[in-house]
Amino acid sequence: MGALMVIFSLQTKQRRKMTDSVEDELELSAARHRPEALEQLEAQTRFSRKELQILYRGFKNECPSGVVNEDTFKEIYSQFFPQGDASTYAHFLFDAFDTDHNGSVSFEDFVMGLSILLRGTVQEKLNWAFNLYDINKDGYITKEEMLDIIKSIYDMMGKCTYPTLKEETPRQHVEIFFQKMDKNRDGVVTIDEFIDCCQNDENIMKSMQLFENVI
Amino acid sequence: MAAGVAAWLPFARAAAIGWMPVANLPMPIAPTNKNKHQDELIILNVSGRRFQTWRNTLDRYPDTLLGSSEKEFFFNEETREYFFDRDPDVFRSILNFYRTGKLHYPRYECISAYDEELAFFGIIPEIISDCCYEEYKDRKRENAERLMDDLEDNKDSKLPNMTFRETMWRAFENPHTSTMALVFYYVTGFFIAISVITNVVETVPCGYMPNQRDIPCGERYTEAFFCMDTACVMIFTVEYLMRLFAAPSRYRFMRSVMSIIDVVAILPYYIGLVMTNNEDVSGAFVTLRVFRVFRIFKFSRHSQGLRILGYTLKSCASELGFLLFSLTMAIIIFATVMFYAEKGSSSSKFTSIPASFWYTIVTMTTLGYGDMVPKTIAGKIFGSICSLSGVLVIALPVPVIVSNFSRIYHQNQRADKRRAQKVQKARLSRMRISKSGSSSAFLHSKRNGLNQSLELTQLPYYKMKLSPQGSLEEDQQLKKTTSLLESQHHHLLHCLEKTTNHEFVDERLYEQGYMQTALQNFPSQSPSLSSEEGITGTCCSRRTKKSMQPLSATHTHSHTHNLQELSALHIQCGERQALNTSRSSLNLMSDESGSLNCKSSGLVTTAIITIPTPPSNNSRASPDAPPPPNPDAPPLPNPGNDVVKISAL
Repeated sequence: MGALMVIFSLQTKQRRKMTDSVEDELELSAARHRPEALEQLEAQTRFSRKELQILYRGFKNECPSGVVNEDTFKEIYSQFFPQGDASTYAHFLFDAFDTDHNGSVSFEDFVMGLSILLRGTVQEKLNWAFNLYDINKDGYITKEEMLDIIKSIYDMMGKCTYPTLKEETPRQHVEIFFQKMDKNRDGVVTIDEFIDCCQNDENIMKSMQLFENVI
Repeated sequence: MAAGVAAWLPFARAAAIGWMPVANLPMPIAPTNKNKHQDELIILNVSGRRFQTWRNTLDRYPDTLLGSSEKEFFFNEETREYFFDRDPDVFRSILNFYRTGKLHYPRYECISAYDEELAFFGIIPEIISDCCYEEYKDRKRENAERLMDDLEDNKDSKLPNMTFRETMWRAFENPHTSTMALVFYYVTGFFIAISVITNVVETVPCGYMPNQRDIPCGERYTEAFFCMDTACVMIFTVEYLMRLFAAPSRYRFMRSVMSIIDVVAILPYYIGLVMTNNEDVSGAFVTLRVFRVFRIFKFSRHSQGLRILGYTLKSCASELGFLLFSLTMAIIIFATVMFYAEKGSSSSKFTSIPASFWYTIVTMTTLGYGDMVPKTIAGKIFGSICSLSGVLVIALPVPVIVSNFSRIYHQNQRADKRRAQKVQKARLSRMRISKSGSSSAFLHSKRNGLNQSLELTQLPYYKMKLSPQGSLEEDQQLKKTTSLLESQHHHLLHCLEKTTNHEFVDERLYEQGYMQTALQNFPSQSPSLSSEEGITGTCCSRRTKKSMQPLSATHTHSHTHNLQELSALHIQCGERQALNTSRSSLNLMSDESGSLNCKSSGLVTTAIITIPTPPSNNSRASPDAPPPPNPDAPPLPNPGNDVVKISAL
């Protein structure tokens, strides 16, 4: 009889815990964000009015609350790479997009980032890429930071690759990158070395123009 | 692809710029958006109700009616709208599917009408979202079973040619099929009743004997009862043997519950016949007669309700078990308490704890015989607590059992557990399918050589001079099969492949490659670039061409005008890892040759032409390459291991 009471009380406590967490989630998602006016965004970015409209419609459809938090970001990005694990790279991307570092990407952040990536000059794009690689935003890319980035890119490939991924492949890739980029061999890549080197590399220049017709 | 994914594809592609500085290989060209018209609203008129949506929304699912060119058949020129003569209510759910990516099943809709609409619009029901999927499946199953039941009822009246055995079995199972069966049914029922009544009357005391003692009728009219018993048992035996003969699967019949009851009903009689009137076994013999009461269970063949009751008890086994367990716990607790409470009082009936069990059970079930009562005050207090808690404990599982019974009664004995297992399995497999769907689509398009078509001509090397036109046609043909969204997605995945210098493969091929590398680990023999030996440790035995020779200027087939468009080609017949080294040599070459011409409009500077694996081609390229011993090397659909790059002069 006593055991019965104990069992019942345990069950009700569990149920209460579940409802609490559900209520917490509801509170968080009630936060809303309205973006700046269309004219302002048009002035700040290089998108036309129509393009901004299309972008916002898609954005709002997916995130009715107006902001994307990191988990949603990771989920969305993972859908494009079903075979691998895109969460680490998505984390770095999120940090790069979240320019004011408040933990969520609003529509303005989103559109500014896209404007640089799709309509910016090569200098701006390279700046953005450097910002992505520089994880702690100190102005230098160290080997460890690069290793993290490259590992996350390789993670996106997943397990079933040909040839099979080996442990030292990312490290080799980092070595090649540093050989190319680090001119003064001081173990870090600064923004000038980076931009200099990329501008001298045909492949990289060409590939930077690749996605211009995306919108 | 889901709606959400379509909206975020531009973002994912833009983010790919982050890979560019890291990549060491040139990227494939992006698919162009040929029909780059502005997004427009289209009007869908469904039986008079007008729905409007963006054209892009419908294009998200190109393999449905609305997403493909099939809807042009329904275009009405005068009103400039698409007219469908279908149900507008169901169309609402279908259009919402395009908008949100989730297909919902409204509960008020009839299942077959909904299925028809889905089939018309080319949407498979399996993508119904989780929130509505169970309901959909339940309704579908009910409908199917109802249809099957109708069919079976119709079927019973027909079936001309059945064997005698099958007729008999059908007669036994469904007594309404023929008059003989009905007669048999009633006769056996009558005899079961007679047998049970006989058993009962046997024990009634009737009549007095001169020695002033009531004797039961059984002992008075021994022969009469014996004859009756024999007759019943004979009928039962004959019936059992006939059923055994007619059963389609004798072994399964013998294991079924009803046949066990039959056997138990007639066995005591035969055992009694066999055994003599021994003194020591007569006690056991009397016990055997108890089993004759099981004949009453034979009535369950005649009564549907009895069968349902039995089935309910079987399916509520867990609740009954819980009831039993909790009762046992409570009994033990209270019996202990009562025993110690009543220990003090004299002449107490509570002599031991097991003796108190009887009191506890009688009190908890509120029977209260009164043969044992507590006398001390503590005993009375605990006794009242015992009776109150007894009511609670017994009342709790009973509604569960009752609701189970009603549910089973209404659903006509469908096994719930079986259904739950199937739904769970189906759900898991659906999730797996949707996850692997997009990755398999990419691999599938790779197989069709679509990605090559994005770079340049995809014809094998030796065919190049023959028909450059043919490649364009193939190109267009293949492009038709993938939507723009899909091709953009595949381009993104292809860029990732180029960045990391590895390819996506099937699980199957991955397993093969993995096993081969595991089995055969030997260092690669690449004599030409000895400095790279440290890097290329193990090699896959599938690729037997281990020599890697950058042929900078050996192939000067300048007579093929196509080659003029290609700026840098060199043959690589080694491992993919060696591409790192080849890239360095490519850089050397590019330094030497200076400008890489890209005469053709907007194409990539280095062309990649794939060579199929037959050794004849490769022997041209690398004369000392041994022929591939692996017969299953060709199954690699994308012969990326033999990438030929030829430099133009």
